[in-house]
Amino acid sequence: MIDWQYSESIESPDIVSIKKKYTNYIGGKFVEPKSKKYINTISPSTEELLSKVPLSNEKDINSAVKSAKEGFEVWSKLTPNQRSRYLFKIARLIQERSREFAVLESLDGGKPIKESRDFDLPQVAANFFYFAGWADKLDLSWATKSLKPYGVVGQIIPWNFPLLMLAWKIAPALATGNTVVLKPAETTPLTALLFAEICEQAGLPPGVVNIVTGDGSTGSLIVNHRDINKIAFTGSTQVGKLIQKSLAGRDVGLTLELGGKAANIVYEDAAIDQAVEGVVNGIFFNQGHVCCAGSRLLLQESIHDEFIKKLEKRMQSLRVGNPLDKNTDIGAINSKEQLDKITGLVNEGVEDGGELFQTECELPGNGFWFRPTLFTNVQPSYSIAREEIFGPVLTTLTFRTPEEAVEIANNTEYGLSAGVWTEKGSKILWTADRLEAGVVWANTFNKFDPSSPFGGYKESGFGREGGRHGLLSYLKASS
Amino acid sequence: MGNIKTSDLSIQWSNVLEMVYESRIDSVGLNERVNSLATRSIKKDSKLEALNMIVSMCDLTTLEGEDTEGKISQMVAKAIKPNPLDSSVPSVAAVCVYPSLVGTAKEKVQNSDVKVAAVSSYFPSGQVPMESKLLDTKYAIESGADEIDIVINRKAFLEGDYRRVYDEIVALKEVCQDVHLKTILEVGDLKTYENIRKASLISLAAGSDFIKTSTGKLSIGSSRQACYVMLKSVLDFESMTGVKAGIKVAGGIRDAKDAIRYLVMINEEMGSDWLNPELFRFGASSLLDDVLKQIKKLKTGAYQAGYYFPRG
Repeated sequence: MIDWQYSESIESPDIVSIKKKYTNYIGGKFVEPKSKKYINTISPSTEELLSKVPLSNEKDINSAVKSAKEGFEVWSKLTPNQRSRYLFKIARLIQERSREFAVLESLDGGKPIKESRDFDLPQVAANFFYFAGWADKLDLSWATKSLKPYGVVGQIIPWNFPLLMLAWKIAPALATGNTVVLKPAETTPLTALLFAEICEQAGLPPGVVNIVTGDGSTGSLIVNHRDINKIAFTGSTQVGKLIQKSLAGRDVGLTLELGGKAANIVYEDAAIDQAVEGVVNGIFFNQGHVCCAGSRLLLQESIHDEFIKKLEKRMQSLRVGNPLDKNTDIGAINSKEQLDKITGLVNEGVEDGGELFQTECELPGNGFWFRPTLFTNVQPSYSIAREEIFGPVLTTLTFRTPEEAVEIANNTEYGLSAGVWTEKGSKILWTADRLEAGVVWANTFNKFDPSSPFGGYKESGFGREGGRHGLLSYLKASS
Repeated sequence: MGNIKTSDLSIQWSNVLEMVYESRIDSVGLNERVNSLATRSIKKDSKLEALNMIVSMCDLTTLEGEDTEGKISQMVAKAIKPNPLDSSVPSVAAVCVYPSLVGTAKEKVQNSDVKVAAVSSYFPSGQVPMESKLLDTKYAIESGADEIDIVINRKAFLEGDYRRVYDEIVALKEVCQDVHLKTILEVGDLKTYENIRKASLISLAAGSDFIKTSTGKLSIGSSRQACYVMLKSVLDFESMTGVKAGIKVAGGIRDAKDAIRYLVMINEEMGSDWLNPELFRFGASSLLDDVLKQIKKLKTGAYQAGYYFPRG
């Protein structure tokens, strides 16, 4: 018997040069913040300081919105074909520099390099390519020619897929003729700032894309700015509700993509080994920092024990550690704050009576880490079965019949995604038809394509991103 | 690792049938998992360890009409000392030959640890009456074979006569007794993942010590996907009976990189118990030379020409 350990295989961080300090990108220029204030951005896997970025204040936001307004005058008057060419150029530049972006994403956010390299960056480029293709075909998108861009769009994005969420926001906004003021998340601003360099490289007209960094106060300044025509937000339901309140009574468009607590339903007639893989991918992908994560495993009682045994064994093989190691499956938790939140909810789950299983992997000394975690013996009333944990924590519930599975799956305030596992086609359709979720995956999970609309039911938000429907989020009917 | 005796297995034919009819595999999901394991980056010490493991798991094979005593002598010498200039490279696990050459091979391996395996039961087609298969196998064992590689009856399998497939293996296992029995499924004939799983479970229940992917005589040989289906079957069989069976992959595995990907799969899916020539083997002819070259490359930083390595 040989215990075969893989040697470290580190993706070199030298490919990206991180500046000591960054500026905002406003009106096509890299400008120092008028606030003169900066915030630190650290690497969650080492807690080392990576760089400082502006903590933008009201003056900074005013100047960003002003230049977006001026940019709109230019951008909206270009021919659709010209806008399309800029977007294609951006897509190609991202592909060319994708290794650089992938390394920076893993350093700043903590996600494993195999995911930033094989998932995030290819998806980012694919989104720009996809919407570049729509830019000169908008007249064909819906059966009306009276759709017009909003104007200046404020976009506030989360820290789980920093560059991908930027692509989901900027590509359709630009394709439809809008200009944007985008604020990346406080803990993961660096790839957005590197993207500003791409805009410059592509020769994008000044003011079309403006990137300002900061914290929640900066986001609120964007939301409350009088010259903003539309807000697109991805993040927590709590903040989403605050934004919706601030915009009530104003003529400002809004789309929200918020939290989730997706049910992953495994029927007894599923291909069990592949379902185990799908469940693992559903919750442990990106450390579980995924709004559509399959965080509630719904198991048919007849297969519960066999499935849990296989799942626990599979979880033991997950490799937690340095995000830049090519063999890492699970990287660092994005921030101390998030780690505390996960820890708190898991403790609550144990107190409620849930049975806890955690893998035996070794965790690095510095940085923020959490072991892959599975709860069994959980009742639907426990907080771990109701609240979004947004970490590598899976909660198991059981059901007896398909009707009961659907009832439990829908027994949540969220409705972003769901999964169904069975080899029986008719059962997939029956179940999917009854699930209140924006996306239902069958015999797979966490699959994305720019042509497929994504968005929520209930408190998971409204509006769709991606696909033809995604264009509508940036167009409004005009008489 | 004791050999499996059919009579020791608590498993009944009805259990086997139940498992066989509950074979459900999602090919998209399976391919995704197998491809994701192929992205593991094996470098430095862990690579050297892997390469040496691969050598020790090799069944160095020649199965040609043109095989002679001279050819077998060359191959056995190489099997014992794959690289005479580097004593840290282990011997291979076994040499694999036709029954008529078992005597020669046995004489040449002498006191080394290298085992002699014989293909029998009218390898590769198996299209003869059962009496002939038994005779073929008896002859190989009497000539001194330590291990027997048989083929399943694909005719019966594809006609749906699973009981016949099972009974034939049981009968051959009786002949083998303590001689290690490897059962070749010939996955290139079975085509679907469900078929591979069914054949795996039938072969395991019938008392095979090992299940093996291919004869190496078809254009479709082993694949990591087929190996994945087989290893899941072996694990399910273990959880049902407590018996740990082995896997041999053969046919089309030509380079070290591919072989390492198999090892990664075994390591992560089955665990270190199976990282062992007692439970995992490569059927190989040209694979060994590439592995020896890669070992040299790791140690010296240079690729050496083929003529630096002895002929086998």
